[in-house]
Amino acid sequence: MANPLVEIKNLKIEATVYPPGEKPHDIVIVENVSLTLERGQVMGLIGESGAGKSTIGLAALAYGRGGIRLSGEIFVNGRDILKASAKSLRKLRGKEVTYVSQSAAASFNPARRLMEQVIETTLLHKLSNKRDAEARAVELFAALGLPDPENIGRRFPHQVSGGQLQRVMTAMALCPKPDLIIFDEPTTALDVTTQIDVLAAIKNAIKETGVAALYITHDLAVVAQVTDEIMVLRNGKMVEHGPVKQIIEAPIEAYTKELVSAHSIEHEEKPPRDNPVLVVKNISASYGGGVQVLSDISVELHPGQTLAVVGESGSGKSTLARVITGLLPPSQGSISFDGKELPKALKQRSLEELRELQMIYQMADVAMNPRQTVGTIIGRPLQLYFGIRGAEKRRMVIELLDQIEMGEKFIDRYPAELSGGQKQRVCIARSLAAKPKLIICDEVTSALDPLVADGILRLLLDLQKEQQVAYLFITHDLATVRSIADSIAVMYQGKLVRYGPKSEVLSPPFDDYTDLLLSSVPEMRIGWLESVLKSRKMESAGN
Amino acid sequence: MFRRIPISAMIGLVLTGAFAFTAIFAPWISPYGMAEIVGDVWEPSSSQFWLGTDNLGRDLLSRMIYGARVTIFIAAAATAFSFTFGSILGFTAAVLGHRADQIMSRSVDLLMSIPTLIFALVVLSVLPANMLTLILVMGVLDSTRVYRLSRAVAVDINVMDYVEAARLRGEGTRWIIFREILPNALSPLVAELGLRFIFAVLFLSSLSFLGLGVQPPEADWGGIVKENKDGIIFGIPAALIPAFAISALAISVNLVADWILNRTSDLKGGRG
Repeated sequence: MANPLVEIKNLKIEATVYPPGEKPHDIVIVENVSLTLERGQVMGLIGESGAGKSTIGLAALAYGRGGIRLSGEIFVNGRDILKASAKSLRKLRGKEVTYVSQSAAASFNPARRLMEQVIETTLLHKLSNKRDAEARAVELFAALGLPDPENIGRRFPHQVSGGQLQRVMTAMALCPKPDLIIFDEPTTALDVTTQIDVLAAIKNAIKETGVAALYITHDLAVVAQVTDEIMVLRNGKMVEHGPVKQIIEAPIEAYTKELVSAHSIEHEEKPPRDNPVLVVKNISASYGGGVQVLSDISVELHPGQTLAVVGESGSGKSTLARVITGLLPPSQGSISFDGKELPKALKQRSLEELRELQMIYQMADVAMNPRQTVGTIIGRPLQLYFGIRGAEKRRMVIELLDQIEMGEKFIDRYPAELSGGQKQRVCIARSLAAKPKLIICDEVTSALDPLVADGILRLLLDLQKEQQVAYLFITHDLATVRSIADSIAVMYQGKLVRYGPKSEVLSPPFDDYTDLLLSSVPEMRIGWLESVLKSRKMESAGN
Repeated sequence: MFRRIPISAMIGLVLTGAFAFTAIFAPWISPYGMAEIVGDVWEPSSSQFWLGTDNLGRDLLSRMIYGARVTIFIAAAATAFSFTFGSILGFTAAVLGHRADQIMSRSVDLLMSIPTLIFALVVLSVLPANMLTLILVMGVLDSTRVYRLSRAVAVDINVMDYVEAARLRGEGTRWIIFREILPNALSPLVAELGLRFIFAVLFLSSLSFLGLGVQPPEADWGGIVKENKDGIIFGIPAALIPAFAISALAISVNLVADWILNRTSDLKGGRG
């Protein structure tokens, strides 16, 4: 074919920012990006947050969010869509190019049935009549592996699971038989065990329909499974572009090498010493006396060690943290800390007991009061627990800031003036200020870019070495677990399915769930997806 | 910080400042005494009486100036009282939750179910009519609205991770209310403050118009309307002047409130 399907030439995307108190000025979001996409070809756009990858994806629809200016040339099917009129754009969008967004749950209209929404664009563009469109939708549902394809369209968005909804959205994008689909992080919000199914469904659908796709993600291992080519972006500029095999196996640029080798922290498992600092015995808990969320959980944690609690969403791992902190008193069982039994409810615990057990949250930006400076946030535990004030407090806060590799210049900043990784570091400093024996880390790296997350994990490990603090590390990310844990507890539907030292838990023979969980972690290897789907023992439940 | 005041806020600040100045220095500014009869009944405006005279031949400008003093003082005091009282109770209800919240919220519902003006009329006709009772009655009645707002805002903030973190740290209720919740609830409260103040001015004017607010010969804007309302039939604009003053005050106060709102909603300490 003479013309490629999509040709983007020297794309430049700008926006004007209006910082309060300063003159409005222009910033460049994406600069000098060019790419071509043939029919049926799949290209991956990869980069950290702020790399401009979603903005480029939307540009292929000639759409810019909130006052963004596009310049350059974008040819779709031979015509420059940046110069096209609103009317011809309307013909393009939803007919030639369709879009699958990251959060399906937020993108569906909760008040309308799935089928209406799936065939809506097809009908709007008068591509077929209602009956044919519905028949095609049902076919697509079946092809995407959705249960009960005949009837699932009659459900409302809240009646299907997150993974299913993401697949329904893919069906919606495929329904008008477009030439190009833009996938914007379609699996990022899903559990690993669900992600693998959605990924397989998307890959199949692309292969069968022969549609071209732009696949946007931050996860190199995921993109390696579905695309032919990869473009690496950073700060709006292209870093590297090439076939998947070359990018994964022989990256040229330093930044790509870093991305490929992220999660390379090695951590030797330490044998338990001393008496356990935390003993959780036969804990059961439920919310409001109704559904039991935890049943009969027993774990132990020794000083200076890390216990990783893994499981998918809904497995009860965060509830376990709430029980240990006293926010949710357990219905049965006991928790002892440092040899003494802890009162069950938060209110009955003494200040000293509270001090020794600190917590770090997943979302650092809501875990800090936006109206307090970094100095106040870190200094408060010092004052509350040790009565340190004034110049002495400031000196110790600076010391803590140095420990988290940030330094004195941050002391008077507000959380809104920090990056995601810095915010999480401040939260770590706040918990360290209390000189705790145990820190509960609830998904502390899942909201961060891989390289930033790596930095946080390294910091946590270094601090553990220095201060012998124990971590209860809650996560769904098995790569993280491999890098930092000494022992692992695998949870599934509120029960402990596997528990022991890391080397034991991660070596066969596996029970079915652990096998599923372990095998679902994407590996940076071409053909991984197919080999896993062939060899796994258990279908992921209910997805 | 004063170099960056937008023009609208500047206008608001100047006008509000002028109102405040008038109120504070009333005896020195006004050309005649407050209750001094200086001319004929309902004289039109002239170089001698800028706004004319009222139903008894008193200088209307002087009455307006003294009226500003009384009206603004009572309204401001009542608003301050209702905000302190209402927001602290609202925050406490949100933080304590459960039964304390239920008891307080339902009592407020009870109080709100009675029309404010009628409630005030009944209470004021029983209590001695002086400034303190006026302020207290208006403050308590208005605080129910503030309570509603601050509780609703605080309930949302109360479930944020940073408040949970403060609880886990072992902070007391007072720290949580004043250090964690109050600074983050400030924006909607400031927006409400500007409106509430104007509602207080209107409320006070209504009471005075009905004869239960500020008692003559003391001047206040609602009272001036009452005294001159009969003039409207004869084409005398005296009763409309307080209305104009109230709207000017409403606009200027809210211009300032909007500006403060912009500043308090900034999460970078006003220097971002």
